[in-house]
Amino acid sequence: MSWSQLFFYVFAVLAVIMSLMVVTRRKAVHSAIFLILAFICFAATYVIMNAELLAAIQVLVYAGGVVGLIIFVIMLVKAEEDEVKQTHGQWIIAAFVALLLVVEVAFVLLSNLAQKTGGLAAKMAQAGGNTEAVGVVLYTKYLFPFEVASILLLAAMIGAIVLAKYKLER
Amino acid sequence: MAQELVLVVIKMIVVFAVALLIVAYLTYFERKIIGHMQLRLGPMRVGPHGLLQPIADGLKLFVKEDIVPHDSDRWTFYFAPILNLVCALVLLAVIPFSYNFMVTRLNIGVLYVLSLASVGTIALLLAGWSSGSKYPIMGGLRSAAQIFSYEIFLGFSIMGVLMISGSLDLVKIVEAQSKVWNIVYQPVAFVVYVIAALGELNRVPFDLPEAENELVAGFHTEYSGFKFAYFFLAEYANMIVVSCMAVILFLGGWKGPVLPGIVWFLIKMCAFFYFFIWVRATFPRYRYDQFMRIGWKIMLPIALANIVVTGVVMMLV
Repeated sequence: MSWSQLFFYVFAVLAVIMSLMVVTRRKAVHSAIFLILAFICFAATYVIMNAELLAAIQVLVYAGGVVGLIIFVIMLVKAEEDEVKQTHGQWIIAAFVALLLVVEVAFVLLSNLAQKTGGLAAKMAQAGGNTEAVGVVLYTKYLFPFEVASILLLAAMIGAIVLAKYKLER
Repeated sequence: MAQELVLVVIKMIVVFAVALLIVAYLTYFERKIIGHMQLRLGPMRVGPHGLLQPIADGLKLFVKEDIVPHDSDRWTFYFAPILNLVCALVLLAVIPFSYNFMVTRLNIGVLYVLSLASVGTIALLLAGWSSGSKYPIMGGLRSAAQIFSYEIFLGFSIMGVLMISGSLDLVKIVEAQSKVWNIVYQPVAFVVYVIAALGELNRVPFDLPEAENELVAGFHTEYSGFKFAYFFLAEYANMIVVSCMAVILFLGGWKGPVLPGIVWFLIKMCAFFYFFIWVRATFPRYRYDQFMRIGWKIMLPIALANIVVTGVVMMLV
C-alpha cells in the first residue's frame, strides 16, 4: 500500500465519521463545525487524487464561505433562544434523496463511466496543472453557461438586498 | 519515499518552531517599538532590555487558571482557539522563504492561503458564540462581518498580480518578478492589499472587533490562560502570513542582490511588521460604519477598476 492510498483511507474514514457527526449532533452549531471538518477531509481526498483546484475551491467556498454563512444565520436568527436544535422532521424527503444518490452512485460505478474519467485529474496535473485547464475550458467551451450563472448570482444578490430593504423600510 | 517524508517533517518542525519563536518575539518588538514611539521604554524588567519578557508572558499564560464560563458551550469553547491557531499555522506550509526552502510547493498556493484563512475566520464566530455572553457574540459577529467583506477586497487586489504572473504557484509568482517587482506594475493593488490586510488582521485602525470602549475585548472576552494565548499566537501568525504574502506578491519574494534569498525575504517581512506596528501607533480607530463604507464604497470599486485596467493594458501591450 502506497502512502497516497494510506492517506486516502485515513481521510475517507474521517470524512465518513465527520459526516455521521453532522447528522447526529443535536445542536445546529456543532453540526456546522463537523461539516467544516468533513469538507476539509473531502478536500484532502481531492488533493490525493491530484485535483488540487477542486480541493481549494471545496475549502474556500464550502468550508469557509457556505458554512460561515450557515453559522452566521444560526447565530443571528436564533441568538436569543438558548439553543437551536436539529430535528428529524424531514426524514422522508431526506431518505428519498439519499436513495436517489445511492442509485446514481451505483449506476456510475457499475457502468464503465468511472474507468473512463477516473485518471483525468492526474493526467491534467502532468500536463501542467488542472487550474490552467479549468480556466481555459471555462472561458472557451463553457463561456455561455459560466456567464449565465454569473448573471443569475448577481440577480439573486440584488434581489436579496431589495427584499431585505423593503422589509426594513416597512 | 520514507526519506522524503522525514525531510518534510523536519522542515515542518523547523518552520513552525521558528514561526512560533518569531511570533513570541513579535509581541516584544511591538511593545518596544510602540513604547519608543510614545517616548516610553517599553518592557525593561525581565532580562536585559526586557528580552526575556515574551517567555515570562508565555509562562504566565501557561500556568493561569483555565476558566470556562458557566453558560458557555464547552466543546466549541475549546475547539475555536485550536481551529484558529491551526488555520493560521498551516498557512506557513506553502510560503516559499527562498527558492528551495519551503515545506511544500503547491500549484495553487494563493488559493490555499485564501481558503484556509477563510476557515480561520469561522473560529472567531464560534468563539464569540460559545462564550455564552453578549460582548463576545457582538465581537464575533463584527469580526466575521469585517473579515468576510475585507477578504473580498484582499482577493480582488491579488487578482492583478495573478494576471501578470499567470500562475497561482507562489514560486512562479516570485520568479515572474525577476526583473521588476509587481509593486511597480500594481501600485494601486498594493495599497488596497495593505489596507485590506489591516482589516483582515483586525489591527488598528480596523480593530473594531476588539474595540475596548464598546465591546470589552470582542470575541475573546471570556478567554483566559492558554486558550487566550492561542488566539494571540494566531493573530501574530496571521500577521506573519500576510506580510509573507505581501512580500511574495508585490515585493519580489527572496529576490535581491548580494545577500542570500532567505535574508532578503526576512528583511522585507520585517519591514512589513514594522509598518503594521507603526500604523498602530499612528492612527485612531475607525467607527464601524466608516469602516464598512471605506470597504464597500471605495476599496471595492478601486480593486475592480484595477483588474479591468490591468486586463486592458495586458491586452494592448
